[in-house]
Amino acid sequence: MSLKELQRDADGHLTNNKEWTEEIAKELAAEEGIDLLTERHWKVINLMRKEFLEKGDAPSIRKLTKESGVDTKELYALFPKGPAKKAAKIAGIPKPKGCV
Amino acid sequence: MKNLIILGAGTAGTIMANKLNGILNKNEWLITIIDQSREHYYQPGFLFIPFEIYRKKDVIQPAKKFFPAGIKSVNSPVKLIEADENRILLENDSVLSYDFLIIATGAKIAPEQTEGMKDSLWYKQIFDFYTIDGAVKLAEFFKNWEGGRMVINIAEMPIKCPVAPLEFAFLADWYFTKKRIRDKVEIHFVTPLSGAFTRPIASKAFGNMLEKKNIKLTTDFSIGRVDNDEKKIISWDEQEIPFDVLVSIPTNMGDDVIGRSGLGDELNFVPTDKHTLRSEKHNNIFVLGDATNLPSSKAGSVAHFQSEILTENLVAAIDNRPMEAKFDGHANCYIESGFGKGFLIDFNYDTEPLPGKFPLPYIGPFSLLGETKMNHYGKMLFRWIYWNILLKGYKIPIIDSHMSMAGKKAMELQISNQV
Ligand SMILES: Cc1cc2nc3c(=O)[nH]c(=O)nc-3n(C[C@H](O)[C@H](O)[C@H](O)COP(=O)(O)OP(=O)(O)OC[C@H]3O[C@@H](n4cnc5c(N)ncnc54)[C@H](O)[C@@H]3O)c2cc1C
Repeated sequence: MSLKELQRDADGHLTNNKEWTEEIAKELAAEEGIDLLTERHWKVINLMRKEFLEKGDAPSIRKLTKESGVDTKELYALFPKGPAKKAAKIAGIPKPKGCV
Repeated sequence: MKNLIILGAGTAGTIMANKLNGILNKNEWLITIIDQSREHYYQPGFLFIPFEIYRKKDVIQPAKKFFPAGIKSVNSPVKLIEADENRILLENDSVLSYDFLIIATGAKIAPEQTEGMKDSLWYKQIFDFYTIDGAVKLAEFFKNWEGGRMVINIAEMPIKCPVAPLEFAFLADWYFTKKRIRDKVEIHFVTPLSGAFTRPIASKAFGNMLEKKNIKLTTDFSIGRVDNDEKKIISWDEQEIPFDVLVSIPTNMGDDVIGRSGLGDELNFVPTDKHTLRSEKHNNIFVLGDATNLPSSKAGSVAHFQSEILTENLVAAIDNRPMEAKFDGHANCYIESGFGKGFLIDFNYDTEPLPGKFPLPYIGPFSLLGETKMNHYGKMLFRWIYWNILLKGYKIPIIDSHMSMAGKKAMELQISNQV
């Protein structure tokens, strides 16, 4: 399957995270202007997926930095403008719910 | 004798003491409430202090005044909660054991989490209004201020009373107009959210309000540091916003004792079951108010709704019955919008704040998501209700702990959540 055939929500996130593959991730990243996913990107993406599958919601930036060892500054360099949203999209999971 | 300990005598802890005192059998249970402070602060009143509407004395009462007779109160900081041993260590190392524990230690600001926040300009040109000190210092600053760039910045979510920063902006517009220097004051609201507020319909309503009041809005701004020499805040992705006075809502965190005791998440909030209000880790610990990690608003009204659910479930747990009461995330907030008017919003985990009438469907007298004078009176009345009804654990007449849809205009929505 290529990205074009997959269903997405209003924000462009995959509606079914089971359809996600590493290849799809690369296509999603390209849409976000990230041409190359490095090992540091993958560290974040994999952690996002793991948290989401376990807890049902994407982790906050604070949790991400604590558990990935990637600090906030680097996170913004890896996923410019809103790393939590961007990394979630590339990881094939919904936008983080955040708090009220 | 069995022991029930309530940790924290703020809004939530005080309500629980009053509720449980009437319910638990006195021959069987001793209720102990512990707090480091002898004073009870009416925190919603902090908002009004910088604008000379309230003074310090209007928001403080002795904490003891609100404790029921027949419970024990301890005035001391708590050093450690040893949950696996069912006991608590006070500052002087004395030990208190419990059969059940209620954690109500609240949330507090942590300006030291942002580089440069608590530096040379702190309480000179950088203020908070989430503490009594910050609010009073800001009032002194405003008295002699002749205008300039005021930036209101939320460092990160979640914060307690998420509408308070918006109310601050609205009131500032009114205050500087009244002082006849509004044309010399630029008000700039800078938030990490993608809109003025966390929920889409309300976000739109408040966004329009900001525009109408000529308050500049910058969204998606995550503060990385404060430059004290150049007087600007700088985001993680290097956007810069200059200020003459910065009103910061710093990162909010649970108390250090939660972290020290290994009971918290990355912000020292206690992982809590969102429906039963029991700790996710310990069967004899319940948590309510700002101390939880729940996705409900951190507000006094929420602590009040939670207290009814918690009481039922705690009694069930004591009797070894299944816990059947479920918290739905109900929140209800009056929002000052300046010039003697206000908004009211009512929502829960699943339902957006909607327009309508409250608390009596179609009658009101309060208007949901609409700006009226009556809502402003509701907000001012809230202080009286807080001291005289809410803290005592009485039910607020005709307002239920579960949210009601009656009298609300439901709308089809595309819900887009915020980060
Ligand atoms: C500016 C502002 C405006 C607000 N406006 C509104 C509003 O309009 N409506 C509304 O509903 N809510 C409002 N709120 C929120 C409301 O005040 C809080 O949600 C509410 O007070 C939470 O109650 P709590 O008991 O969880 O925490 P708190 O009332 O903060 O109590 C926590 C208590 O625990 C004690 N404690 C903590 N750690 C320890 C320790 N280690 N040892 C001993 N004691 C400890 C503290 O001393 C404190 O007394 C506002 C808050 C602020 C700051």
